Amino acid sequence: MEQQGEYLIPAPQSAVWAALNDPDVLARCIPGCQTMVREDDTHFSAKVKAKVGPVSATFDVGLELSDIAAPDSYRIIGNVKGGPAGFGKGGATVRLETVQDAQTGAPRTRLIYDIDASIGGKLAQVGSRLIDAATRKMADEFFTAFSAQIGVPDADDGPANQAVADGADGSPASVAGTSRYETGGQWKVWAVVIVIFVLAMVLSI
Amino acid sequence: MSPDQPARVNGIGASVLRREDARFITGNGRYTDDMRVEGQVYAVFVRSNHARARIESVDIADAMMIRGVLAVYTGADMAADGIGNLPCGWMVKQHDGSDMRTAAHPPLAHTQINYVGEPVAIVIAQTIEIAHQGADAVVVDYAEQSAVIDLATATDSEEIHPGITHNLAYEWELGDRAATEAALATAAHVTRLDLTNNRLIPNAIEPRAALGIYDAHTGEHILHTTSQNPHLARLILSAFVKIAPEHKLRVIAPDVGGGFGSKIFVYSEETSVIWAARKIRRPVKWTASRSEAFLSDAHGRDHLTHVELGLDAHGLFVGMKVHTVANLGAYLSTFGSAVPTYLYGTLLAGQYKTPNIFVEVQGVYTNTSPVDAYRGAGRPEATYVVERIVENAAREVGMDPAALRRLNMIQPRDFPYQTPVALVYDIGDYEKSLDRALTLADYSGFAARQAESEARGKRRGIGLACYIEACGLAPSKLAIALGAGVGLYESGEVRFNPTGSVTVFTGSHSHGQGHETTFAQVVSDQLGVPYESVEIVHGDTGRVEFGLGTYGSRSLAVGGSALIKAGEKIIAKGRKIAAHLMEASEDSVDFADGQFAVRDSNRRLTIQEIAFASYVPGNYPEGLEPGLSEKAFYDPQNFTYPAGTHIAEVEIDGETGVVTLVSFVAVDDFGRIVNPLVVHGQVHGGVAQGVGQALFEHGFYDHTGQLLTGSMMDYCMPRADDLPDFVVDTTVTHCTHNPLGVKGCGEAGAIGSPAAVMNAVTHALGVSEVAMPATPEKIWRILKQQAAA
Repeated sequence: MEQQGEYLIPAPQSAVWAALNDPDVLARCIPGCQTMVREDDTHFSAKVKAKVGPVSATFDVGLELSDIAAPDSYRIIGNVKGGPAGFGKGGATVRLETVQDAQTGAPRTRLIYDIDASIGGKLAQVGSRLIDAATRKMADEFFTAFSAQIGVPDADDGPANQAVADGADGSPASVAGTSRYETGGQWKVWAVVIVIFVLAMVLSI
Repeated sequence: MSPDQPARVNGIGASVLRREDARFITGNGRYTDDMRVEGQVYAVFVRSNHARARIESVDIADAMMIRGVLAVYTGADMAADGIGNLPCGWMVKQHDGSDMRTAAHPPLAHTQINYVGEPVAIVIAQTIEIAHQGADAVVVDYAEQSAVIDLATATDSEEIHPGITHNLAYEWELGDRAATEAALATAAHVTRLDLTNNRLIPNAIEPRAALGIYDAHTGEHILHTTSQNPHLARLILSAFVKIAPEHKLRVIAPDVGGGFGSKIFVYSEETSVIWAARKIRRPVKWTASRSEAFLSDAHGRDHLTHVELGLDAHGLFVGMKVHTVANLGAYLSTFGSAVPTYLYGTLLAGQYKTPNIFVEVQGVYTNTSPVDAYRGAGRPEATYVVERIVENAAREVGMDPAALRRLNMIQPRDFPYQTPVALVYDIGDYEKSLDRALTLADYSGFAARQAESEARGKRRGIGLACYIEACGLAPSKLAIALGAGVGLYESGEVRFNPTGSVTVFTGSHSHGQGHETTFAQVVSDQLGVPYESVEIVHGDTGRVEFGLGTYGSRSLAVGGSALIKAGEKIIAKGRKIAAHLMEASEDSVDFADGQFAVRDSNRRLTIQEIAFASYVPGNYPEGLEPGLSEKAFYDPQNFTYPAGTHIAEVEIDGETGVVTLVSFVAVDDFGRIVNPLVVHGQVHGGVAQGVGQALFEHGFYDHTGQLLTGSMMDYCMPRADDLPDFVVDTTVTHCTHNPLGVKGCGEAGAIGSPAAVMNAVTHALGVSEVAMPATPEKIWRILKQQAAA
């Protein structure tokens, strides 16, 4: 599948990065995220529980970052394994831009992604027609939750926040290996990328 | 209506209600999944999510830790037990005389994966839920490889099976290439067309299932399974797969809920189940989910074809050349090799006197589910090629499509007719069914209906298909000479019980055809016994001597003829007994309406009285064996050739592109008709499937080999509200070479209808081709292009 999209995060880029630096924030914002571990500077792994149509499973997500041109663009290669439920693999390009709010002039962050992924197994067989809508819906959930986490109210957060509560599957979110995260530096950038890619991969399969 | 009038109530020609329906509609059918036996456990298969991959390892440790999981067996376990590969039963010779190239097909993959859904391991557990948990816990490490999916480029792609270059199972040809090319070179007009015959997924209402039982006391293996041909399954499982010798293997196919070809074949799962039952000494049950059925039942069709038809200045066909690339899938299924060759190329003459025909077929491996016979099996593909090109030729040369067909039709005086593609048609009257269909469809009134549609903003089209099929498979000598691994005769046994009822054993199999009714009509009619006193037994190798099963519209023509032969033996023996009892010479005893009568006298005995005398032989002919039970094998001399004309009329919504089938007329010549009600039902079902192919169904793989139409959400089957009331009629010429004069009716509906519908669709749109299925999206795009032009 191929999918492009962009989100305007109602916060300055520095605030976004700060929030993304907090693994608890990420864990709460990625629906169904159970663990996220930084293996080394460019490799990450996560466990995410997700449901697409009639198929639900816990997915092992492996990510590799490349072509990092901080703070403008990044390439990410990923593999998602859902055991009998299926698998996904592919890549995504992510770009970040700072933009001015048209009314207030406040700085905001625009995130633009371009995913090219392939999916397999039961999810391809029975869920392929649901992917696009499911991906967009859950990405909306993430960004709505994320916006709420960093304290900037979203214009139409009511229904979206409701969706987050539903999408979390009631499972308590936790993030492993938090002590290994460094503060500042490239991790902020990677975090954005990881979040998007985890979402894209999980939601796309 | 049939000119054959019923001779007897419930005899041949009577529209008897199907006796089997009473149990089906009251929930008393007994299907494989209904079977419950002591100690039964459940199997679930681990299947590959990848289309092509090396299996690096299979880790069953976690699965075996689950409480209730009894066993996990892999392909390596099977191979270690000496279980063989699944064979292809038909050896196709290539045009250079060499054998086709067959890839090894292990029941469970153990080194290499070649399609999504290919089974890797069988997990057996106390309950089906635990078996699923166990299957989920098996960890298979795959090294992915790039998959070969696109049929058009498969011969230029990476080799799927080592040593099978260009992924070609075979290159096969039939006919005279030079003469055909010469005819096309000098033709006044040549029509050319590229056609897609879309991949179909069978979807019988009952998914495949198997219950394997091993009797440690007798050493007998009993496999209850959803098979169209249990004896053939036993033969293959014994001779090739080495499950057990035939006398230690019994295959029972009880009630089976539809097959359409997909239950002819010997599959991985049934094979694994009966083997595993012996291995763990427990009865093992497996029932496919609908998702598994989509992935693992053999698919149908999937051809790419280029065809050229040459006409002279008068419109007579002078030559036809066909090039077809046929998708065989990842492995050669049981009859997969024969479908796009002998069941396809041989039918390309259609109903016409085309003097020169040449066809070449490339059978290609791809990383998709194996492709094999599906209702019609090669003949719908052939009809589609012939009837689409003839229709387009008529439009190009400005002739009425019906008139062009009529001009070229083989006439009754031409029979027997030798076609340029091997077959000899014995009889038919093609113009008669054409005329009848044109009348029923009010062909001459089309222009007025079209104007009326256009006034409502709709496009209207009408399309014909004058099809022919070769049924009644098959003369054994011919089939074996062409590469078949078995003969294609049929067996039958007619057994009088002492009190006069009749138990009939047939090697044919009924999985929706209604044999229990129609075969009883045939026997009742021949022997003059009450229909109600005749019981039909089928589908059990432990009860029926032998059989080749049901496919290729062969049951009545071949299996029914075997019963007639057995009945003739019954009458001959009965005559001896009757002559003895009535103290007359044998040649003065006539048999009619169930009675043996001495000519020119009032002495007569019923066949039931003779049966009783045969079992209580106090006063009995010297030297004659007691009992009245006879067996026969019937081997046909030729194929039968059902033929007819189907006419479809469609209306297309100019805004949405939705095609509505507004009328469908089928006029078929099936030879003598035993039960018009059953025949009409078969035509209705076949037409529905053919309309499904034309308008809705498409088995679609993405470029990585994932089946994207893997559920009813994405694979669109026809529904009742997609279909009009069909107008069904028959014309009759009796088959010349079987004792019943019958030809077979099971596939005709699916053979004629796709071409008729697509001829109507292209007619409505004024285009030369729309690839099936004609979905609203495709039509909408054409309409938008036309509006823009």
